[in-house]
Amino acid sequence: MANVETKPVVHEEDLLIEEYGYDDHFHEHHHGDKYQSNFITTYIFSQDHKMIAKQFLITGMFWAIVGAAMSLIFRLQLGFPEENMAWLKPLLGKWITVNEAGIGSLAPEFYYALVTMHGTILVFFVLTAGLSGTFANFLIPLQIGARDMASPFLNMLSYWFFFLSGLIMFLSLFLNTGPFSGGWTAYPPLSALPQASSGSGAGMTLWLLSLVFFVVSVLLGGINYITTILNLRTKGMSMWRMPLTIWALFVTAILGLLSFPVLVSAFLLVMFDRGLGTSFFLSEIFIGGQALDHVGGSPVLYQHLFWFLGHPEVYIIILPAMGLVSEVLSVHSRKPIFGYKAMVYSILAIGFLSFIVWAHHMFMSGVNPFISNFFVIFTLIIAVPSAVKVFNWIATLYGGNVRFTAASLFAIGFVSMFISGGLTGIFLGNSAIDIQLHDTYFVVAHFHIVMGVAAFFGMFAGIYNWFPKMFGRFMNETLGKIHFWGTIIGAYAVFWPMHYLGMAGVPRRYYRFDSFAAFGQFDAMNQFITIAAIVTFGFQVLFVINFFYSIWKGRKMTSRNPWGATTLEWTTPLEPGHGNWPGKLPTVQRWAYDYGKDGKEFIPQIQPLEEGEKEGH
Amino acid sequence: MATSDTVIEQKEVQNQADAWSGGKAPFKASYGKLMMWYFLLSDAFTFAGFLIAYGALRFSSPTWPVPDFVFSTAPFGVHHAPLIFVTIMSFLLIVSSVTMVRAVQEGHKENKNGVVFWMFMTILGGAGFLSCQAWEWTNLIGTEHMSVTTNPFGTYTENGVYLTPDGKESDETFEAGESYLIHKAHAGEGHGSGEHAEGEHAELDYSQGDHPGYFVDERGFIHRKFKVTEGPNAGEIRMEEFGPKAFGALFFFITGFHGFHVFSGVVFLFIIMINAASGLYVRRQNGHEMVEKMGLYWHFVDLVWVFVFLVFYLL
Repeated sequence: MANVETKPVVHEEDLLIEEYGYDDHFHEHHHGDKYQSNFITTYIFSQDHKMIAKQFLITGMFWAIVGAAMSLIFRLQLGFPEENMAWLKPLLGKWITVNEAGIGSLAPEFYYALVTMHGTILVFFVLTAGLSGTFANFLIPLQIGARDMASPFLNMLSYWFFFLSGLIMFLSLFLNTGPFSGGWTAYPPLSALPQASSGSGAGMTLWLLSLVFFVVSVLLGGINYITTILNLRTKGMSMWRMPLTIWALFVTAILGLLSFPVLVSAFLLVMFDRGLGTSFFLSEIFIGGQALDHVGGSPVLYQHLFWFLGHPEVYIIILPAMGLVSEVLSVHSRKPIFGYKAMVYSILAIGFLSFIVWAHHMFMSGVNPFISNFFVIFTLIIAVPSAVKVFNWIATLYGGNVRFTAASLFAIGFVSMFISGGLTGIFLGNSAIDIQLHDTYFVVAHFHIVMGVAAFFGMFAGIYNWFPKMFGRFMNETLGKIHFWGTIIGAYAVFWPMHYLGMAGVPRRYYRFDSFAAFGQFDAMNQFITIAAIVTFGFQVLFVINFFYSIWKGRKMTSRNPWGATTLEWTTPLEPGHGNWPGKLPTVQRWAYDYGKDGKEFIPQIQPLEEGEKEGH
Repeated sequence: MATSDTVIEQKEVQNQADAWSGGKAPFKASYGKLMMWYFLLSDAFTFAGFLIAYGALRFSSPTWPVPDFVFSTAPFGVHHAPLIFVTIMSFLLIVSSVTMVRAVQEGHKENKNGVVFWMFMTILGGAGFLSCQAWEWTNLIGTEHMSVTTNPFGTYTENGVYLTPDGKESDETFEAGESYLIHKAHAGEGHGSGEHAEGEHAELDYSQGDHPGYFVDERGFIHRKFKVTEGPNAGEIRMEEFGPKAFGALFFFITGFHGFHVFSGVVFLFIIMINAASGLYVRRQNGHEMVEKMGLYWHFVDLVWVFVFLVFYLL
């Protein structure tokens, strides 16, 4: 085991780096950490990728708590529509209406606002910025052997644009008319007509503004990640020696770079429709018996532009999680990842296919059925590279000497979630079956499991695994395992029953179901889901407590490479400064997955090949 | 036996693999230049989104104004000159790309004065293009009353003949597929296209409402009446309708977005020219790479114009 404590002051890694590494005259250029010395440049406007990663992570956690708390409130409404919610009045103010009997209920407009905000926050702020923002920033320079990102300054701007975007969204929660309430997809006319609903006015304006800044953040980050991976790999780090985390983050950044600009196109056109009376997305429409001036626009056009982002977006969310899981599974099962090249090609295939399947979100929007066929076929083809990945993860675990840490448990949980959610994706990808399942709880269950919970599991695996590198301390393992079991059982308890609701035709986004005779039988199931959601949320609170407690009070990391991993980040000092390696940069001598080779438990990437040794397995 | 050719080829392959082996830039481009390329790639997708919206809306409209008719005006009272003005505009922008190439070239030679001179010429080209666009917009908005919500450029769907102001058949005929401009009453001189100059009717009654030969709507637009002369509707009296709203909205939106890029480009060119003049880039000893990056942007804006020009002025 690597964390058998050895006392010598000289680390083996340092010797290897000193002997084989190369001098990039780092200290002559950067003058050490001199300009990192004051509080503001260290903790706030930091240009150190490790600090920016922590900023993304903690901001993402803040949003995750806000978004999850919102889901609890609307779950209460769905599970217990008759219960008194007056106790929420101090928090929600006028959105809780109290009748003469003193019974408080959630305002329907606000229910829609909560659903919309929950989606927006989780998809963009938590699972895009919080996930790839954190791990791309943290891992790319460390795992490819770079001092920092190509442009630390743009990297800093990327975080602050994200912060600004979040700030605007947060302010919109306090508007008199409420935040935007037309669904996270912001389809016109609810998004394009300020008078369409209470959240469509100022709420939508702030929503648009916030997301435009968010896209700026994603682009600044993405351009940086791509260039860094291409240009700043250390000597010997060829593309085929990169850990799968880097491959996944690389393709994620490319997807973001190509899809988010199209979202901006759609948003700018919506802004014109809202502000200047154009009709890009508005066709002939009546409101309150009054004909509006808009003619000739196409709401379906918006859906095309939106889903051209929207579909790659789900892979922007899941690919980083896949990369983290691949790495964590390999490290903790003490085996090389099974089928490394197949993993890389499947990442590339998923990335490519994600751009030509968008209209499977629109089978029911009136697109031509012949065009639907095209999208059905490509959607189903995505199952192939996805299945390759699942097979390889399981094959990596098979026969491994698996260490069941919190990190590896979450990685295994990811595989479980991805299989469960992926299978329902094959149902939904069929345009014929989609006629029944479209916009039902089946869809809600599918995407929550496959890209919501699964991406969270990847994120948790990454956090438990790299926390020691981030903060120099370990998170509490026992609490971590409790967190895992609570979350996986809780998540299945929440989302599994939703499949049955969906198959029975229960539509999503409805405020209450008691006036539908057909859905009355599901009251108990809805109550069960709500209770399960509250319990699962409780386990996440446990995680947050563990996280912050461990930052200051966790067990200290005493050896550099506690998991016995091969990758470069574990060759840095316990608490690396800005620049990551104090002296020379390491030179990479082998691929990233030499576990259990030639009788050795693991061989770091900086260890040269032995006489006559062949690279790889 | 390896010929010298295959040896060289092998070396090439070796170098290629070597370029990707880490520790060097595989495309032999600095990170800054790569970033500019990727930014332009993403920006291309933004424009592509707009042009796709253009395509979708245009092909769902029953008619579309004929560009040769819409863009046939130039300053100093020139009418009936299809695409002449936009040709001058485009020429200015293309020439500014040429001068930009010269600036980059001088930068590689570390010739500071050459860089500043050619960048200045580029700025002139860009500013000239923007001025032309300003005139074009002013003419369309002020004189021809096109806006993002109103498109007075309609297109005939049938052959016909106009009525005179007192409702009789005139000798002014037209064919399906031609475009017309709906004029505004009391709009002053020069309706741009001049084809249907209303000067002779200046003394007519343009009060709102129905008239024998025309209809004046609440905003003062004069919809002339005509008689269909061919096809199943022959003999019916119709009046000019507004063209598809999407035309005006898309035109101002897309050319405006492109113009915004040109404007930002001119601002950045100016800043970089000042920096170049101060000798900053000479000190960096990297062949004025900043000028080259700016050049990439400028050529991209030029390239986008080619597509904008294609869809609005040619198709």
